[in-house]
Amino acid sequence: MSPAVFLADDYTLRIVALGAIALGIVSGALGTFAVLRRQSLVGDAVSHAALPGVVLAYVILGTKEPLWLMVGAAITGFAAILLVGAVVGTTRVKHDAALGIWLSVFFGFGLVLLTWVQRRPDASQAGLDRFLFGQAATVLERDVWTIAIVGLIATVLLAAFWKQLKLLSFDPDYGATLGLRMRGADVLLTALLVAAIVVGLQMVGAVLMSAMIVAPAAAARQWTNRLGAMTVIAAGVGALAGSTGAVLSAQTERLPTGPTIVLVATAIVIVSLLVAPRGILARELRARRARAGLEAQVVLADLAALERLHGGPHPHPAATLSAVTAADPSAALHELEARGLVVHDGDGLWSLTERGRTEASRR
Amino acid sequence: MSQGQLEIIAIAVVTAIACALVGTFLVLRRQSLLSDAIGHSVLVGIAAGFLVVASTTSPFLLLAATLAGVATVALVELITSTRLVREDAAIGLVFPALFSIGVIIVSRYADGVHLDTDAVLLGELAFAPFDRVVLLGWDWGPASLLLMGVVLVVDAAVIAVLWKELKLATFDPALALTLGFAPVALNYVLMTLVSVTAVGAFNAVGSILVVALMIAPPAAAYLLTDRLDRMLVLAAAIGAVSAIAGYWVAAALDASIAGCVAACCGAAFVAAWAFAPGRGLVAAVRRRARQRVAFGQTMLAIHLANHEGTPLAERESQVDHLRDHLRWSPEFARTVVESAGRAGLVTRAGEVLVLTERGRAHARERLVV
Repeated sequence: MSPAVFLADDYTLRIVALGAIALGIVSGALGTFAVLRRQSLVGDAVSHAALPGVVLAYVILGTKEPLWLMVGAAITGFAAILLVGAVVGTTRVKHDAALGIWLSVFFGFGLVLLTWVQRRPDASQAGLDRFLFGQAATVLERDVWTIAIVGLIATVLLAAFWKQLKLLSFDPDYGATLGLRMRGADVLLTALLVAAIVVGLQMVGAVLMSAMIVAPAAAARQWTNRLGAMTVIAAGVGALAGSTGAVLSAQTERLPTGPTIVLVATAIVIVSLLVAPRGILARELRARRARAGLEAQVVLADLAALERLHGGPHPHPAATLSAVTAADPSAALHELEARGLVVHDGDGLWSLTERGRTEASRR
Repeated sequence: MSQGQLEIIAIAVVTAIACALVGTFLVLRRQSLLSDAIGHSVLVGIAAGFLVVASTTSPFLLLAATLAGVATVALVELITSTRLVREDAAIGLVFPALFSIGVIIVSRYADGVHLDTDAVLLGELAFAPFDRVVLLGWDWGPASLLLMGVVLVVDAAVIAVLWKELKLATFDPALALTLGFAPVALNYVLMTLVSVTAVGAFNAVGSILVVALMIAPPAAAYLLTDRLDRMLVLAAAIGAVSAIAGYWVAAALDASIAGCVAACCGAAFVAAWAFAPGRGLVAAVRRRARQRVAFGQTMLAIHLANHEGTPLAERESQVDHLRDHLRWSPEFARTVVESAGRAGLVTRAGEVLVLTERGRAHARERLVV
């Protein structure tokens, strides 16, 4: 059954898939900036730092309304990121340690609040922790709308402040000298990221949300050197991973949705790393070609040198060449032959053509 | 205090010290977030180990979890070595993928078995004393305590034996390489220790809080000293105190012990951040205030020297006049004049300030330089 038919048939799956696609687009596009700014683990930090916010929102407002829990999550998530910046700015503690500290301390504090709330007599708090671990299978239509709205706002703001965000990602000092507010751009980008993460949290959970930020952007990076293209490709990869993961997990029994989406995204990254224009295979091919070209040049030069020694055209067996260049010259000889620079006779003796002679003397 | 309480505190303290020892190196080597990655990958090791031995209590699971942690580091380094993805992104790719595989294994093959993914992340210290090692008809104590005790001894022994090598590879990897100290091999020794420690600690405190214990106390210690040996001792002490404090806070609130320990680690870091001698926020504020007054003294001396012997000297040397001329607030002018008097730069005759010889020399010196 093709995914399209499957999607049209099943309402639940349609909602889950739409939610996953929307989340993939938003987190992919915003993740582009996080990855370029070496803040890939912001997703991890925010999604863990969200826990105390969720519980505090519940305690203060006495509601389990997802919107308010999300607001609480966003506030503490954002606070954690600000504290990371403050620690890096005022101490010699590095970014990685600052992130690790606030991620785990906020989470620990959240755990204290959660266990404290859970021991209160009323049972209305049950399921608060679900918010953090996520359940893609229970996505509702309104969740899809929430993500879509966040995505729309993010798109408008990205377009409006494109220039600032681009400078922020590549050369914030230059941006500041142009009089652009880099601090403001930083806050805007962080706020958008936090919003996307918090919305995604309850769908795929804390651990998997960090993958939704990193993986699409890391895959997209391999296909382009342009920010605009990278953002679009990352959004596309996010959508592809979301839809494929949702359909795969629906068609297979006991295949949880969130992890499946993450593994599909990871597979796309691996394929991109291998086959993309700047990927591993292309690089290997380029290196091999460069090596072959260099070898051919050396063999050509050796043939010319041998000719000079003999005072005129003089065919040589490949063995002589291998004694001179100390390698197997046959691949290089065949390449040179294909380019019409050398010829060989029936006895396997190689000599330069006229063109080969000119080519060798040019070098 | 009951024996159970004592045992919980002992487990927490031993765990905190073991985590602080390996964490010190993570913080210094900028590899803090590998503890987070390793902590999450533990799940896939346990799940895969469960597939092999079909038991949730076999010690083989701990071995599998440790291997999974080391594999995480190896994968991160493999991806980083392609230079196509930076290290932070590589970490962000590897551990969610491994964690996902773990979740899928659990939900496909271990559903219904007690292998709760949440439990891996959260941990609960309060139940640790119930899992006891009884061997040869003798109760040897809680399994967690024995396990973490062994881990702590191993950590301390390896760090002591490889002290010079680890120190050099941490602060100057290039020199370590040229001297033939094999920093790559050392890195894997260290990562194996981190992995062993994380695995030992996770069933007591959960994998997220392992991060708190491994990073926050060493980071706090990092703000307090410039010496590696002192940093290790301080980190261990801060971790141990946080563990004890965390236990009592948890007891008072009837809340998660692991969470309270993590929060106390955070509080310890904030305290170091604020009050570290010479480096903390308070020290920075005081230093800045001191510099302001010192600069004010110099300005005052130069101002007085400038007008000395001129017709305007009388007027320019009035304390009240400083407000107009140097745009000082009355309070700041008073502080500067008083401190300059104490420093012997000026003397005061009523409302008129007179430079001393020392003040004149000070002004001259500052103007020339």
